[in-house]
Amino acid sequence: MILEYIKLYFIFFKVGLFTVGGGLAAIPLLQDEILNRGWLTVTQFADMIAVSESTPGPIGANVATYVGYSQHGILGSIVATLGLVTPSVIIIMLIAKFVMHYRDNKIVDGVFLGLRPAVTGLILAAAYSIAIISLVDIDLFNTSGNIFDLFKWQAIVLFVIFMIATNKLKHHPIFYIVIAGIIGIFIF
Amino acid sequence: MAERLKGSIYFKLFAVFFRVGLFTIGGGYAMLPMLRKEVVEKYGWATDEEMLDYFAIGQSTPGIIAINTSTFIGFKKAGVLGAIFSTLGMVTPSWIIIISIAKFFDAFADNPYVSNAFEGIRVVVVVLILNAVIKMGKKSITTWIQALIAIAAFALIAYTSLSPIFVVIGSGLIGILLSTMKVGAKQ
Repeated sequence: MILEYIKLYFIFFKVGLFTVGGGLAAIPLLQDEILNRGWLTVTQFADMIAVSESTPGPIGANVATYVGYSQHGILGSIVATLGLVTPSVIIIMLIAKFVMHYRDNKIVDGVFLGLRPAVTGLILAAAYSIAIISLVDIDLFNTSGNIFDLFKWQAIVLFVIFMIATNKLKHHPIFYIVIAGIIGIFIF
Repeated sequence: MAERLKGSIYFKLFAVFFRVGLFTIGGGYAMLPMLRKEVVEKYGWATDEEMLDYFAIGQSTPGIIAINTSTFIGFKKAGVLGAIFSTLGMVTPSWIIIISIAKFFDAFADNPYVSNAFEGIRVVVVVLILNAVIKMGKKSITTWIQALIAIAAFALIAYTSLSPIFVVIGSGLIGILLSTMKVGAKQ
């Protein structure tokens, strides 16, 4: 039992250690760890992102709490969250203490030349995996062979409308999540 | 005892970051204005410049920005314990709220209204992530090599079972290589 907690701790430790950058950068790593272990389905994971974007707190911490809780209850949620933040605490303290000119370091600059575009690609891959389950219906297409069955048309229309709306109006993500939920009740 | 606890810097750090964690929805960059208000304006624990520095470092070190920044400020203010209390303050609201939602979530996931609502919400999740990608891409992709790195990273994760960890490490190494080659070319 205790081994299970240690494992959970180090899975999130690993996510915390290899997440670099803000906002959604933790998503591809979380997805890899959580989906490959069968702890959540892609659908559940996507819903969890929506919940995390609409509730207070860092998205990574929200997902860690939820997954830890779903696997091993309250204690699991604490262990997962602590695992996620431990690398940050250690690394930041080392930097704060020893490396005052971290930002001016040539090697650090170099790392980011390659890392930033890669993280962009990783997050795009996360969006792609959620698009596959929400915008298209591969099963239906495979059974019917009809190309029109491949797309969930209501979802495609919704996608286009929200793509335009989010770029024209600058509301908080919660606004769009709530509206999409209401529309979803009526059209699906 | 209660008075002493309330007056202690650790309690204050915990309380401030608890508030920031509680009132920032969406995480990451959404946190900056709130953090500034508390840490710079209200308590004077850092200047505006220091705050931006911490945030920039938080962004370019491993870990979640929100946690990195809170650790940094806590450590500067009150050492190792300060860092720990700040970080715990930051994640506690998430923890309480998500635990409450998790109970609700499992009970209502099979409700047809809830599942239809989430079917719509999933579409918006794709839109929100794509928008973040576009915004990031405009800043992070400025040369054709960087465009190639982004495409390779996408393809490796979308179409193979490679762990993103390898992409993170590999792209960092390629970055170092690129910057040394550039330096070499200039000299």
